[in-house]
Amino acid sequence: MVQHFAAPPQWEWYIVWYFFLGGLAGGAYALGAILRLMGDRRDAPLARLAFLVSLPALALCPILLTLDLGRPLRFWHMLIDARTLAPSFKYWSPMSVGAWALVIFSVFAFVSFLEALGLTGRLLSGGFGGLFTAVGALCGLFLAGYTGVLLSVSNQPLWSDTWALGGLFLASALSVATASLALLARLGAVPDRVEHKLWRADRVFIVLELVLLAVFLVSLGTVGSRFLEPRWLALWALVLAGTVVPLALRLGARGRGPAVLACLLVLVGGLALRVVVIFSAQL
Amino acid sequence: MARTVGFFTDTTLCIGCKACEVACKEWNQLPGHAPRFGDGYDNTGQLDDQNWRHVQFHERTTTNAIIRTEFDTVYIQPEVCNGCRDCIAACPYHVIGFDETTGLARKCTFCYDRLQANLTPACAKACPTESIKFGDLGTMRDVAALRLNQLRGQGMSEARLYGDKEYGGLHALFLLTDKPEAYGLPKTEDAVLPSRNNVRGYLGMLVTAVLGMVGAVFAFRDRGGSE
Repeated sequence: MVQHFAAPPQWEWYIVWYFFLGGLAGGAYALGAILRLMGDRRDAPLARLAFLVSLPALALCPILLTLDLGRPLRFWHMLIDARTLAPSFKYWSPMSVGAWALVIFSVFAFVSFLEALGLTGRLLSGGFGGLFTAVGALCGLFLAGYTGVLLSVSNQPLWSDTWALGGLFLASALSVATASLALLARLGAVPDRVEHKLWRADRVFIVLELVLLAVFLVSLGTVGSRFLEPRWLALWALVLAGTVVPLALRLGARGRGPAVLACLLVLVGGLALRVVVIFSAQL
Repeated sequence: MARTVGFFTDTTLCIGCKACEVACKEWNQLPGHAPRFGDGYDNTGQLDDQNWRHVQFHERTTTNAIIRTEFDTVYIQPEVCNGCRDCIAACPYHVIGFDETTGLARKCTFCYDRLQANLTPACAKACPTESIKFGDLGTMRDVAALRLNQLRGQGMSEARLYGDKEYGGLHALFLLTDKPEAYGLPKTEDAVLPSRNNVRGYLGMLVTAVLGMVGAVFAFRDRGGSE
């Protein structure tokens, strides 16, 4: 393992919530896109719900990121060179790529949000609409996962010792987005088949997340022994509660209670995952 | 480029008087921190006089705040930095810190204003034992090599130079008498850049995205339409 002496960047709760909400926004858009592109007319309400969730979650992201800056009014320095006023883009810096991804994805999320409200007329009907949604989904997936890559592209212990964080955050984001849609769909008394669809998808995402969790821990090797401290073990227990327990619950029990509980656990687990990854390298 | 300057810090001459630290804070008008036990071998606390000059590093900053000056030193422009702290996460030497008062990232400026006035940086000027030397980088290399030979000749076999090879040369040479890790400096072979993790990180994400989307397509497919 590479040994460095980097100071912690003091990325804390604003960043935790940004990672969570960015994942939710991007994941929900991607799910909505699949339902819109591959589904039939009966999937339309769920696709609409996904786009209606994506934008509000996304809207909080730049606010959180700006508040986290030492100089919030200079947020635009992320995109524009303050000296030359030319756009600044650096493909090797996930922060630069991510800042642009946030801007570009917000265009897609905004237009699809308007479409879900029925305000876009015929703009997104036909082939252009399909292409637009597909590209938006790619941006959303990027936003949901790049935050893990951003942590890895540093010289911090733990973060830079693994390559699995991008995939792990993405899988978790998809799971969180699915659980959020399932919860909101319940409020609207959706048909059972929608519920089942969401659950089948979440099962895939949770299994993917568990595999990546294992890869993450294995790739860390002895560095991962830091997680044996009680405070991190407690958070890992929440992460497991947000993955293994929903799987078990939905296999064993049917009905409203277990379904809602499974969704809530996924949300808590997704948040706990980001908390433990972000704080354990810095404290 | 006016000239390429550098430091040579000979830790065997340091007596821990902290004159350099006081001079630095006085000249640069920085607040002192409360005294702490174990402030470090060279009493500048965090090796403030270290200078990671690797070109990819300052190009990494999203805001373009970190530049190379006409003295070939690395400098954070306080009017450009927005305090995102990405550079702090990247710096393997703990050289960059976050200034809570200004909300900006801060590192040693090599006393940029003094250099422009043809003056020696405050720490080197104040050092009573000439443990911290400053001058043209080539001269510093020669002085360091001479001193290393002298110490080795006296039987100090653990003496070594640090900072000439790492990251393409730090412009801050250190004469150490133990392995670099003992001084909070990464081993030479560990002097690698954050961008090493870009490709594999994105690849892991890409594979996950493909698997997740394929899985979602299958999950959302209707099975006979009545499930």
